[in-house]
Amino acid sequence: MTEQKGSATDAALTTQSADDMSRSFAFTTKLDALVAWGQRNSLWPLPYGTACCGIELMSVMGPKYDLARFGAEVVRFSPRQADMLVVAGTITEKMAPILIRIYQQMLEPKYVLSMGACASSGGFYRAYHVLQGADKVIPVDVYVPGCPPTPEAVLDGVMTLQKMIKDHTPRPWKDNWKYPYAERLNENDPVRLISKEIDSIPMVAQPQVTKGMGV
Amino acid sequence: MSSFEILKTDLTNKFGANDFKFITTPVGDDVIECTKESIPALLRYLKEYADFNFLMDICGVDYPTRAKRFDVVYHLFSSKDFRRLRIKTQVSEGEAVGTITPIWRGADWFEREAFDMFGIKFAGHPNLRKILTHEQFVGHPLRKDYEADRQQHCDTVMPIRFDDTPTQRGDVLNSKFVPLNIGPSHPAMHGTLRVMVELDGETIVRAGCEIGYLHRCFEKMAETHPYNQVIPYTDRLNYCSAPMNNVGYCKTVERLLGVEIPDRAKNMRIILCELSRIIDHIISVGTGGLDLGALTGFFHLFTFREKVYNLFEKLCGARLTVSMTRVGGMAQDAPEGWYESVLKFCDEMSDGIEEIQKLLIESKIFIKRTQGVCPASKEQAQAWGYTGPLLRASGINVDLRRTNPYYGYEKYDFDVPVGASGDIYDRYLVRVEEMRQSIRIIRQACKNVPKGDYTIRNKNIVLPEKKDVYGNIEGLMNHFMLVIKGLRPPIGEVYDATEAANGELGFYLVSDGSANPYRLKVRPPCFAIYQSFPEVVQGSMLADAIATVASMNVIAGELDR
Repeated sequence: MTEQKGSATDAALTTQSADDMSRSFAFTTKLDALVAWGQRNSLWPLPYGTACCGIELMSVMGPKYDLARFGAEVVRFSPRQADMLVVAGTITEKMAPILIRIYQQMLEPKYVLSMGACASSGGFYRAYHVLQGADKVIPVDVYVPGCPPTPEAVLDGVMTLQKMIKDHTPRPWKDNWKYPYAERLNENDPVRLISKEIDSIPMVAQPQVTKGMGV
Repeated sequence: MSSFEILKTDLTNKFGANDFKFITTPVGDDVIECTKESIPALLRYLKEYADFNFLMDICGVDYPTRAKRFDVVYHLFSSKDFRRLRIKTQVSEGEAVGTITPIWRGADWFEREAFDMFGIKFAGHPNLRKILTHEQFVGHPLRKDYEADRQQHCDTVMPIRFDDTPTQRGDVLNSKFVPLNIGPSHPAMHGTLRVMVELDGETIVRAGCEIGYLHRCFEKMAETHPYNQVIPYTDRLNYCSAPMNNVGYCKTVERLLGVEIPDRAKNMRIILCELSRIIDHIISVGTGGLDLGALTGFFHLFTFREKVYNLFEKLCGARLTVSMTRVGGMAQDAPEGWYESVLKFCDEMSDGIEEIQKLLIESKIFIKRTQGVCPASKEQAQAWGYTGPLLRASGINVDLRRTNPYYGYEKYDFDVPVGASGDIYDRYLVRVEEMRQSIRIIRQACKNVPKGDYTIRNKNIVLPEKKDVYGNIEGLMNHFMLVIKGLRPPIGEVYDATEAANGELGFYLVSDGSANPYRLKVRPPCFAIYQSFPEVVQGSMLADAIATVASMNVIAGELDR
């Protein structure tokens, strides 16, 4: 199979020509359409389950609802390996800096799905220690309402996100996102210095040439 | 002469007559009021000579208009004759009451919480630091003058620190060892727990936990909502078994009101509670296996959890957070054929338990990972205030369904499993056996459903049915009056506990006669259990610490509230 840039539109894929192409040796599409196809069908979730929604998220992953059908079953707790941050549960003020750190550590392309009322708006916890929505600190792409949402609703949220990726929906909330506590940051904070050091370590080990072993 | 009167004579002989006030509240709770100076001596005496060997709870209550502003309330329990006792004392702003951590080590976190929430100082407490709110939080949120929705933002994360000991400062790390932070976003930490350890190789030298990452202000929310609106908040305490919290809370309010719910409602609450116990243990056993690498058990057990969700859905429409109880009974009757489907589920679940027994509990790897690992002895369990399956795994046979029966549990035929060594394996054995016993109870309850109404019909407590509200003027009037005026229990206070899946779930309710609770303190079972974590994992391997967290079944919702 070969790919050529810009010879067919997405719409063309659904027509007779696509059908014909699939029978021949070659298949043409736009590169970004192909990339989006790959991205949306392999959304590896990071389940940031903090509360009740985390239990419902288990159901979403579990045998009955089975998120694997949407290509999102590879649960990764390492933000470096995840594409979709599922904020499932109440985010408290104490948790907010950690959520931001996790979001910052994720590699592009990255998406955020806010599951449930608490993550979307604070829910019915209008209270002194609860952040009034995860979008106060990180950019959220899809909000799933419910307390907790049914697994069907979460699946719908994932499908909405897939459609956004397919349509290349502009995401100004993400593009214009700034670190929310920038002004108050203490650069000499030891925790921050350590994490800077960690962030500067290259992700892939550099290939090393060993002397005396010619290829 | 009642045992409380005997105690009264004893204490008067020992301490003199002037220090104490002995009160039996209208609902039948025994209370001793005393001065703050006599607290440590009195509690030590009660523990050593009066058999009150369990400290269940310590909490504060704020009365801003009083000269001595705060009440400090201690709840004791005896595992010999299953009596309860409440000790109350008053302190004013800035005054300190003596710590009781030398008497019960389990007092540690409870006193820290009272300090964090009210600013009550405990003289001699080794680590009187914040526990639930974040580091940058200023003030004490459960004081009446702190507004419920005044948020304070936090932009730092606490660096690794441990509890101070007489020989070692908690925030100074030892350069010989490797510090390691686990969580709060870590697969084995279930979302919100944070464990910090110092390692020598793979052996844990020091451990510490940081909690409060899910502190959603349940108690403050309860103070700002009418009694029936608190029920949905209770769902979200231990969200793995939500109906049990509903039942525990409603039972407390009903006790203060002095009403008895109809037999049909009791029967339904028992069925709901036992179903919840099963699904809670499913999460505990399933994720426990998951943390050790046994994925199959989790997927297998979750099938059954879904079946219980279906039963809940049939009953009320919700899957997880059901809010099925109301003060005075249930929200509605069970639909036709519901009891039959519960019985059908019992048959399926019985087979499922035998399968999980073979798949996980009898698996050689599972046994090797859990047997003899991080045991908690009888004495430790008692000192830390363990309750529920963990206490029974340590060999102490206390199950409130047996010892202080409610809702007619005494009529049911079931066994209470008790472990021997208190290690992780025993905890899972107890849980699996409890699932079997719960099925027995459900079967008996479903076969003898009492006839009658599902709720009391007191117009000052329960809303009339919708057909009456829309059908006749009296129904409309009662509905209007109750909504406007609210459910108002008499002035007073009550402590009531039920046997939840994790242990004793207690509610301490203070009413000032208004439509909102004046103070509602939850005694969450895993709060007492989890504070023992640094001690029980000390000296063991890091991987065993992960297994220990899983076996304690710490549910952040009720831990942090």
